[in-house]
Amino acid sequence: MSLLVARTRRLDLVEDALAEAFARAAERWPLDGMPANPEAWLYTSARRLVIGRLRSEAVAGRKAPLLAVRPDWSPPDDDGDRLPDERLHLILLCCHPALAPESRSALALRLVIGTSTDEIARLFLVPTPTMAARLTRAKKKIATAGIPLGAPVADELTVRLDEVCRTIYLAFTAGYTPGSGADLLRPDLAGEAVRLATVLRQLCPAATQVRALWALLVLQHSRRDARVLDGRLVTLAEQDRTRWRQDEIEAGLVALGTLDQAEGYSEELRLQAAIAAEHVRVPHASDTDWPRIADVYRRLELLTGSPVVGLNRAVAVAESEGAEAGLAVLAGLDASLRTHHRFAAVCGDLAHRAGDLDLAAASYRTAIELAGNDVERAHLRERLADVESAGG
Amino acid sequence: MKYFVLLAGYGEMRTWDELTPEEQEAGIARHVAFGEACAARDGVEIVSAEALGDGSSATTLRTRGGQMTVTDGPFAEAAEHIGGYYLLDAPDLDTVIELCRILPAYDIDIRPVIDTP
Repeated sequence: MSLLVARTRRLDLVEDALAEAFARAAERWPLDGMPANPEAWLYTSARRLVIGRLRSEAVAGRKAPLLAVRPDWSPPDDDGDRLPDERLHLILLCCHPALAPESRSALALRLVIGTSTDEIARLFLVPTPTMAARLTRAKKKIATAGIPLGAPVADELTVRLDEVCRTIYLAFTAGYTPGSGADLLRPDLAGEAVRLATVLRQLCPAATQVRALWALLVLQHSRRDARVLDGRLVTLAEQDRTRWRQDEIEAGLVALGTLDQAEGYSEELRLQAAIAAEHVRVPHASDTDWPRIADVYRRLELLTGSPVVGLNRAVAVAESEGAEAGLAVLAGLDASLRTHHRFAAVCGDLAHRAGDLDLAAASYRTAIELAGNDVERAHLRERLADVESAGG
Repeated sequence: MKYFVLLAGYGEMRTWDELTPEEQEAGIARHVAFGEACAARDGVEIVSAEALGDGSSATTLRTRGGQMTVTDGPFAEAAEHIGGYYLLDAPDLDTVIELCRILPAYDIDIRPVIDTP
């Protein structure tokens, strides 16, 4: 994909052409047999499609000159001063500051990781058509403004790292957010994000946001084998800790230990990594230092003002001070969060523990309505049934 | 690709007329440095560049319902501070952005030029 984009600078066409090439492969390969080099086969057929499309655009362009966008055929300068990972080039392109901020992460998810537009829309809490339009605008801007695929100059690279880190973190989160439909977790997607973060860390070993991101991702990802059991999500407290990757936990803790208090996004990532570290460093869930976690969430909430962080703080406060204290934190959170299924689910859990069965049942019903994932809905229905039977 | 680099406003700087002769000279030196950097860079060429008269010298033509009217310009308040332009040939946007750092600290709009066959 990077190769085709570098040649044509037409992300929109390349994306469509690759999809088409995959579709043709699905038809042809079972009949003709698998080609010796499947990647080359896909590249070649996608390239043919792009060229065909550019030709027809050029014809249309002559008919309507003022509306035509020039297909730019000049290959970009390749002066050796480039980063080794093609996907990172693509991510840097997607995170270019000339693109609208709300488009960058979404574009990287779509093009680098291949997340569906539906899924991205859900992650960004906007309707799918809005997200689709946003992605189209961004791709068009890359082509018409001539945003290059390649490494920025050294000064720029530093400035753009925050945005790249955000992008990678979002991609990682997408892997561990139960999505729409029957799909549960996609740890392979999260693994791709870790891979990007690792490459980024090798390239920019001194950048604090990159080091904090890496520590955070590695610590979170170390629990991947314990998150799902028999097709069901396993909560952190119930996970089999012998299935956590101890070598990765140690590496993450070492990386975190080298970081000093910072500011801005670096600090945000460092605090999140510190929370992840609190969870994975203890041998039993009952050893978890919840007051400390609640305190880190408080600092994180002050730094970011994020209502989602507030939601997590409510959970930590409930663990350290009791369910009523957690409910009090929930009551003070931003109203925009109330339409999010996780808010309702957390509210249901805390109300259940505090003995307010009516509130618990109502909250679970709201959460079931709002949840976009079958597995999660089933899980919520079970909890609702528990509450209803307890209420007699 | 060709890029139209519009020096759209003075940003935090005072307008050209309000600058002292020394400050004007320093500004001109930056334009000279910009020209040299463009000449030194592979694949970059200044196709054309001009400084423009200020907003009070602008004349605006508008056609509405088939009727053209001529009025005192500029067409919009924001256009009052347009100071000039460069038309550059450059390989990509990042090259243009990098070179524009050399110019005085204008507010700058960069537009790709669309080829009309």
